[in-house]
Amino acid sequence: MYVYDAFDRTLINERVVEFRDQVARRLSGELTEEEFKPLRLMNGVYLQLHAYMLRLAIPYGTLSSQQMRMLAHVARKYDRGYGHFTTRQNIQYHWIKLENLPDAMADFASVGMHGMQTSGNCVRNLTTDQWAGVAPDEIEDPRVWAELIRQHVTLHPEFTFMPRKFKIAVGASVHDRAALRIHDLALQLFRNAEGELGFEVMVGGGLGRTPFLAKTVKPFLPKRDVLSYVEAILRTYNQFGRRDNIYKARIKILVHELGVEAFAKEVDAEWQSIKDGALTLDPAMVAEIAGRFRYPAYERLDDSPPQLKAARGTDRRFGAWLGNSVANHKVPGYAIVTLSLKPEGGTPGDATSAQMDAIADLADRYSFGEIRVGHEQNLVLPHVAQRDLPALWRALDESGLATPNVNLISDTISCPGLDYCSLANARSIPIAQEITRRFRNLDLAQNLGRLHVNISGCINACGHHHVGHIGILGVEKNGEEFYQITLGGKADENATLGTLIGPAVPYAQVADVVEDIAAAYLELRQRPDELFIETFKRTGVEPFRERVYATR
Amino acid sequence: MTSPLEQKKIKLTGPVVVTANRTSDGAVVYRSPDGDWTTQLEAAAIATNAVGAQDLLTAATADDLRAVGAYVAPVKLLPNGAVRPGNLRERIRRGGPTIDLPLPLGC
Repeated sequence: MYVYDAFDRTLINERVVEFRDQVARRLSGELTEEEFKPLRLMNGVYLQLHAYMLRLAIPYGTLSSQQMRMLAHVARKYDRGYGHFTTRQNIQYHWIKLENLPDAMADFASVGMHGMQTSGNCVRNLTTDQWAGVAPDEIEDPRVWAELIRQHVTLHPEFTFMPRKFKIAVGASVHDRAALRIHDLALQLFRNAEGELGFEVMVGGGLGRTPFLAKTVKPFLPKRDVLSYVEAILRTYNQFGRRDNIYKARIKILVHELGVEAFAKEVDAEWQSIKDGALTLDPAMVAEIAGRFRYPAYERLDDSPPQLKAARGTDRRFGAWLGNSVANHKVPGYAIVTLSLKPEGGTPGDATSAQMDAIADLADRYSFGEIRVGHEQNLVLPHVAQRDLPALWRALDESGLATPNVNLISDTISCPGLDYCSLANARSIPIAQEITRRFRNLDLAQNLGRLHVNISGCINACGHHHVGHIGILGVEKNGEEFYQITLGGKADENATLGTLIGPAVPYAQVADVVEDIAAAYLELRQRPDELFIETFKRTGVEPFRERVYATR
Repeated sequence: MTSPLEQKKIKLTGPVVVTANRTSDGAVVYRSPDGDWTTQLEAAAIATNAVGAQDLLTAATADDLRAVGAYVAPVKLLPNGAVRPGNLRERIRRGGPTIDLPLPLGC
């Protein structure tokens, strides 16, 4: 857990007072909507189809059990008893009333939470690996670097009104679990051939109307220079990014139009004027931030304890859950447990207040009071002793949180779509729900193996459809919902944008198409352990296209 | 699809209402014939030509205190006089999400 200091607490509390005054002035008519809108957006308050929506920041997806209980409390008291975990490690409340928002914000502030940097043309809430600090393949905890950048950019006047929003992700493992290359700026910590630690700096990624993967502008950046170099990138973007056309305002367009070499040259010129100055990192300051990330007092335990061995064969569902939801931990005798928020027929990422309370209790009992949120819209208990896995599984099962489908076809990423979102053209959630029903048979889902389905209800791509193994994009044609299907996308260290397979299909046929694609894969794969994405890479889109459109 | 909030010029292909979100809680509201706002589509003022729609929209937009983001939305008039939303977006705005919510309304 990260422990906020007095400065952070004061900042959050002052923001609540400020926002309460702004809401009162809006409700009295002293502020027009035009005046109020930028103020509410600075606190994560949007207006959606049916109601206001509050997006609350969960920095680096790290939550304490106390904070999780507060998420449950606010959902129960001010909303409709549930919240929606998003693809950016945040949570959204879809039914909150403007008149209640100041009180809800005050409740959140009491546990160090807020909605700052979850909207507007600022540096957004930074994201990282939900397994940060516990992943066996991690070099060091990436959250330290994310928090350092966060401290620099929060309320920084130069980076509060940029041409467009700016999303930064930080990774520090060999395997990319943070979808680094779809971010405006991605920092990948690694050790170079000389044994030094530093960052590969990638810029200009992003999905939406014009998808791009981030390109490397600095193959190796020493750790001490990370702030000055990030500042140089932000300044270059501020100077050259387009403000005349919202569709061309993201940094990905600037990098694309200038070319990555020319962009890197501009950044470098800016960097030379600030490099080795006040932004050069003092190791003591980095250590101070690192010291605020508290780790549990792990016991000395062995891997594969007898309790686990004994339980493994007793229940098939437990075995499946163990295989799909439980991952190796860097500390012997412990495990990382992913809680699926994709039950059959459920809304991806939704959790009720009762479930959030149950998760908080289980985190206290089994995970040193800590929970994580992943961009795949699942939750994680990051510090579970392997001996406790059978008991944890039973408790999760009672709360509907032990669906053993993590990384399987029904573990869809989905935006809220037209059921909630004022930007959407088509619904996403019912498609995701139908997929969970079609693939409810665990044997079938297991046989299909790792297969990521990502769904967006509009071109803005909050559901990351471009990087789904199967991507589904809702569009509107003559007042009807249609869906474009892409194949072969992925968001990991070998990130790829998917390939469109053909004409869009109507709403009623989308789940059938997914079944056809799954069936084609089973016929095409050369061996049972050839993953869908490997088969697609080998065969290309054509055999899938033929299968899907043969009868349509 | 261009968001209805980006409407610049009103082109009518059928009857319309003016809709917005209520300032205090964001609830979907419709402009009523008496210049008030109502949550009932059946009680909304209906325009059948561009001038009428523009007049409704101008008055609604000026009422910034009570409702936000006013725009013109299509409706269908049934032979029995009932009014129905004219597209899926408006059906969802009126009827709520098409999915079962995790908890029934009122919980």
